[in-house]
Amino acid sequence: MSTDFPRSAAALAAGLASGDYSSVELTRHYLERIARLDGGLNSFVTVCEDSALAQAAEADAARAAGNAGPLTGIPYANKDIFCTRGVRTSCASRMLDKFIAPYDAHVVERLHAAGLVMLGKTNMDEFAMGSSNESSFYGAVRNPWDRERVPGGSSGGSAAAVAAGLAPLATGTDTGGSIRQPAALCGISGLKPTYGRVSRYGMVAFASSLDQGGPMALDARDLALMLNVMAGFDSRDSTSIDRADEDYTRMLDSPLTGLRIGLPREYFGAELDTRIGDLIHRAVAVLKARGAVTREISLPNAALAIPAYYVIAPAECSANLSRYDGVRFGHRCNDPSDLDDLYSRSRGEAFGAEVKRRILVGTYALSSGYYDAYYRKAQQVRRLIKNDFVSAFDEVDVIIGPTTPGVAFHAGQNIEDPVTMYLSDVYTTAANLAGLPAMSLPAGLVDELPVGMHFIGNYFDEARLLGLGHAYQQDTDWHRQTPPGVY
Amino acid sequence: MEWEVVIGLEVHAQLATASKMFSGASTAYGAAPNTQACAVDLGLPGVLPVVNARAVEMAVIFGLAVEAEIAPRSVFARKNYFYPDLPKGYQISQYEDPIVSRGRLTIDIDGTQRDIEITRAHLEEDAGKSIHGVLPGVSGIDLNRAGTPLLEIVSEPVMHSAREAVAYMRELHRLVRYLGICDGNMQEGSFRCDANVSVRPKGSQTLGTRTEIKNLNSFRFVEHAIEHEIERQIDVLEDGGKIHQETRLYDPDKDETRTMRTKEDAHDYRYFPDPDLLPVEVDEAFVARIAARLPELPRAKQARYCIDLGLTTEDASALVQDPQTSQWFETAVSAGPAEPRLLANWISGELFGALNKGGVGIADAPIRPHDLNQLVTRIANGVISGKIAKQVFQAMWNGEGTPDDIIESKGLQQVSDTSLIDSAVAEVIAEFPDQAEQYRDGKEKILAFLVGQVMKRTKGKANPAMVNEAIRKAI
Amino acid sequence: MSIKAEDVRAMARLARLEIAEPDIPVYADQLSRILDFVAQMNVIDTAGVEPLAHPLDLVARLRPDQVTESDQRENLQAGAPSTADGLYLVPQVIE
Repeated sequence: MSTDFPRSAAALAAGLASGDYSSVELTRHYLERIARLDGGLNSFVTVCEDSALAQAAEADAARAAGNAGPLTGIPYANKDIFCTRGVRTSCASRMLDKFIAPYDAHVVERLHAAGLVMLGKTNMDEFAMGSSNESSFYGAVRNPWDRERVPGGSSGGSAAAVAAGLAPLATGTDTGGSIRQPAALCGISGLKPTYGRVSRYGMVAFASSLDQGGPMALDARDLALMLNVMAGFDSRDSTSIDRADEDYTRMLDSPLTGLRIGLPREYFGAELDTRIGDLIHRAVAVLKARGAVTREISLPNAALAIPAYYVIAPAECSANLSRYDGVRFGHRCNDPSDLDDLYSRSRGEAFGAEVKRRILVGTYALSSGYYDAYYRKAQQVRRLIKNDFVSAFDEVDVIIGPTTPGVAFHAGQNIEDPVTMYLSDVYTTAANLAGLPAMSLPAGLVDELPVGMHFIGNYFDEARLLGLGHAYQQDTDWHRQTPPGVY
Repeated sequence: MEWEVVIGLEVHAQLATASKMFSGASTAYGAAPNTQACAVDLGLPGVLPVVNARAVEMAVIFGLAVEAEIAPRSVFARKNYFYPDLPKGYQISQYEDPIVSRGRLTIDIDGTQRDIEITRAHLEEDAGKSIHGVLPGVSGIDLNRAGTPLLEIVSEPVMHSAREAVAYMRELHRLVRYLGICDGNMQEGSFRCDANVSVRPKGSQTLGTRTEIKNLNSFRFVEHAIEHEIERQIDVLEDGGKIHQETRLYDPDKDETRTMRTKEDAHDYRYFPDPDLLPVEVDEAFVARIAARLPELPRAKQARYCIDLGLTTEDASALVQDPQTSQWFETAVSAGPAEPRLLANWISGELFGALNKGGVGIADAPIRPHDLNQLVTRIANGVISGKIAKQVFQAMWNGEGTPDDIIESKGLQQVSDTSLIDSAVAEVIAEFPDQAEQYRDGKEKILAFLVGQVMKRTKGKANPAMVNEAIRKAI
Repeated sequence: MSIKAEDVRAMARLARLEIAEPDIPVYADQLSRILDFVAQMNVIDTAGVEPLAHPLDLVARLRPDQVTESDQRENLQAGAPSTADGLYLVPQVIE
């Protein structure tokens, strides 16, 4: 029954509300697409056919009883970093290949309570470490726009699934750009909220002070609808912000007159593909036509974001991953001869190369004699980067630039050279370091590959970002472009 | 060669909270393995810690009681190492910014008072337990204890003998129990001590290499272990050897310390602030509220007993050995007109004796404070003699009722009727003329015999003072 | 910044990560390059700058001291590699 379903969640919700189709039909539609198309993409680790259909039936019943919310009955794909009770939660690692989570992440509880239907768990870079989704235990994810290229990472599976129409919505997590960069490379929309908006309870930790869960979808309106469900205070997460609930759709139709846009000169430097630069400027022109004003700003310490990130994130992850020791859950080696053997061999067998690299770097950065030079130094740089933004937001309301310096690169191109791989995050990591909300929207094509436009907002200013994005998407149709061969 | 000993103690006190330091699992002792280890305690993927308010409060209570500085802002840090009883592969502790610092504890040693400086006290979570030999070559891990709040109390290295160290430990043990922040149950592991010991030639300004002796869970073990270690170190140095910085375990069966089989390399704990937790802030108002609710501390209590209530130092000191005892005493004092000094005598004498014999703690004593007050009052009023009172006490202990009930039912009222006494005295003098003659001749000691005879005639109930007087008059 | 094989072994030991001997030089080289890269931070003088541990300057929220978790051993131990009588089993811990 795979006829003309609309593609955005908002449109699908309207269809459900009008009774054009049921959630069960809709879910079957996506399950069928996954079965047909995912072989060439590898975006799913686990497909939950039975439970999805059961959840869809529940959603239809709730609707019949008059209890439907804005996203009741809408299917979504869940990054395999969120604990899902009774369902494998692998983080794309051999370490958790057989781990069935005994509890639901807070975000998952919220999505379930709002009536969304979980199609399955999406592929990702192992333990969220990567920018190309090539480090997964379950194999690389392919970019639907060009199967020889990477979708970006670490939320590559979620991005590819949404781009290929295998799910209208997906969850992602973003530590240095892991929602926004794959969204850009796959031509979809993605948002990293302000740090603390979305609970991290049940979201397997990579770098605790940087990680944030967020929505991935086809447009800004859908991002807002999904953020409404995902965001909110959770007493089980000490870093969760206790603020009154917000409606993130409230500024979708706000006018842009007088909105001050800052364009950091550091983001339009030599490493940026000039064609991407042109697309960004053209996108900015669309916003100016609606009344926004622009000025050049400076983020003087922008170039230090990646070095600081690649000390802080590995340091935190080196400790966060110590719990994977083969004792209480996860992979255990065969016939350990003693405790040390149990630990070293279980971890050695079950972690991939990138994870091991980051654990080693992190261990080094924290070790005796190096703490001040690396970890403490990086935290100081972090404060300078934050200060740059605080100053900038005195003068502007939103900061805009490209999401990535280039389009999707070829699979295998950067996998041997970690530093080159790390540079794909050059524009995105600063927002994680400062804890600011940031969003990527499709802004064009170069060589028939998607280009993303990056928006950074002030703390807690997601609604304004989404409104700006929605306005842009009224006047452009990059977000409606689809990869070849999926429809 | 004369040697000087330098000792510092690290005490881990389990805080008496209902739930864990960072999770809502119970801290109750004795549950079946891993039935009180929730997802957070197990360190499952995705779980997060949330700070227990009461534990923070208890740390502040301790800090105030030892006149320490309370940090307005303190930070939790991860202490990283691998051990099976440490589920996350790190312990959440405090490192650079502890909640309490620079306090002191006054102890009594060799008849003088001395202040022992406390460097710091910080909050951290306890580890689980390893049970060895569950199967051959296999250990079993129980994580019920993992996550229990601990207050680690670190003294300056300013103690110079095992006895001094034990005096400090005892004082600290008593204090935390008086504060209600720790039950001090060493058998259950609520109060554990590690000792850092080094020696140096007398007069030397540099510290010798120290060793750490771990997990000493009784005062006796602490004393023996430290003494043994001091001897061992002196022997090694006098033989020309060197002390290696290491951790040692005390073996109570052999009364010796031995090297712990630790890893070859010293631990590099790679401390850094825990990114899952935010700094703990305590403001002045919070600290003031806690200060206002601090209970009376044992040393102050002891002084008050002596100065205000007239107790001897010995009795006062016995009564403040633990909060249950002083509470019992104070209840007894406020229950009636009996003199506190006399109540104190009875408690430290008869009551303690009975408790020891019965193997029972004062909280479980079958005698109520109110009843002891009544007993002592009856003696003071002359209703019964001191000797009869002991009989009554025994009957009270056996559950035969209140002092008045027992005196009534057994007819133990002291006889103070002068005519009755005089007649009894007359009968005794008539029955024992030789002894009466001896007394007249100046043999004072025979008075006791005569008094005894009168007491026998009156079934012990005659008022002894009056009997004495009556005999002197009659003779 | 040159990371040698023995540095890799030392870090791998601290992190309890078994790394095959042939891979050690590869990691040494990659780690050297990463650490050279992050050394860029040294171009800037950060004397007197307060380290930023959390993006938002917040303080700890404290939880009331209540028991909120019940016995969930069966559920939480379901996937454990090796247990007996409710205990997690490991090779003998020697002290």
